[in-house]
Amino acid sequence: MITVAAVLARLPGLDEQRLRVWIAEDWVRPIQTGDGLFFAEIDVARLNLILELHELEVGAGAMPVVLSLLDRVHHQRRQMARVVDALRNAGVDPAQLMPDDAELER
Amino acid sequence: MATDPYSTLGVSRTATRDEIRAAFRKIAKKNHPDLNPGDKAAEERFKAANTANEILSDPDRRAKFDRGEIDAAGQERQASRPERQYYRDFAQGDAGGRYYSSGGIDPEDFGDIFGEYFASRDGGGSRPRKGADRRYRLAVPFLSAINGATERLTLPGGDTLDVRIPAGIEDGQTLRLRGKGDPGRNGGPEGDALIEVAVGPHGSFRRVGRNIELDVPVTVAEATLGARIPVPTPRGEVTLTVPAGSDAGTRLRLRGRGVAESGGEAAGDMFVSLTLVAGPRDPALETALREWQERHAGFDPREALRRSA
Repeated sequence: MITVAAVLARLPGLDEQRLRVWIAEDWVRPIQTGDGLFFAEIDVARLNLILELHELEVGAGAMPVVLSLLDRVHHQRRQMARVVDALRNAGVDPAQLMPDDAELER
Repeated sequence: MATDPYSTLGVSRTATRDEIRAAFRKIAKKNHPDLNPGDKAAEERFKAANTANEILSDPDRRAKFDRGEIDAAGQERQASRPERQYYRDFAQGDAGGRYYSSGGIDPEDFGDIFGEYFASRDGGGSRPRKGADRRYRLAVPFLSAINGATERLTLPGGDTLDVRIPAGIEDGQTLRLRGKGDPGRNGGPEGDALIEVAVGPHGSFRRVGRNIELDVPVTVAEATLGARIPVPTPRGEVTLTVPAGSDAGTRLRLRGRGVAESGGEAAGDMFVSLTLVAGPRDPALETALREWQERHAGFDPREALRRSA
């Protein structure tokens, strides 16, 4: 598990005050324990993403909208990957089903 | 390979910082890997723009590049950098459920995807459907993970869920509480609650598999003469016999004092490592040790160290 200090060391563009605000906004969800906050790798990657979106002029008002749309997109792709796996397990080549836009990877 | 950073960003060699910044943003907005999951070409464009921007947005590095002192990849510093992991790499894996809490490994979810496209084919969504799973994280104190316990999870809505923690659970493991997820549809069963456990550290105990390690200080007298000393364990204090002639680093085993018995597995053990404490200064002891030193002038405690170093 990754501490606040370690997160700040890994993300030079981030300061503790902004991190606290983002946690309060529920943009990122570390675990709260008696020994303080702990982050997982996905949380660090998400903080990095928020920093980059900020740099791309996504403001605080739009940020939760963008994050939730991104989460939805990633979720859909995860589901799609499962469908592709299921088809392969059933002996079907997904590319054969959609010969025109067979852009299914993984 | 890397091309000229100016042409990567599509700016002139005399471009201002603002022009460079604007050009980078324009490319990044279109090509950020998280906004284009699965699009390898977009990822390459983003990486190239990033590298170019890192060079050109830093006046020092830009000047170095202009003088030909660093190449378009920004020297080998870039080459040795580990491959970056984007948010999508986690969000599309199992960890993604943390930020999008619908669907565990539930084949019914495929129905959601296809249902939108093929709703008319089999009369759509009137058949019973299992509710979606919900994902939570729960912080578990070290001793609860060793001994087993019931921990209370507060749900976002303010409700609580009592979660039975089996002894021996490890950091990152997921518990499934059947029927504690979203309600089912059309009379289908409820989904499950999937609870990822985060085990906290402990001030003195360390866990190695099912065993516990503990450093225990003893006086030189206790180690030399032997003693019975009280020692904390995850389940209360016990008395440990330190044999006469023990030394710093001597390891003593307390059977069954590690992770509690659970799930058909026997309890783990606790291993105590002795550390030596000189104790309060004592002129009599100093006299005795001076005599000891004369008698054992040839003894070298660092002999093995010297041979191996």
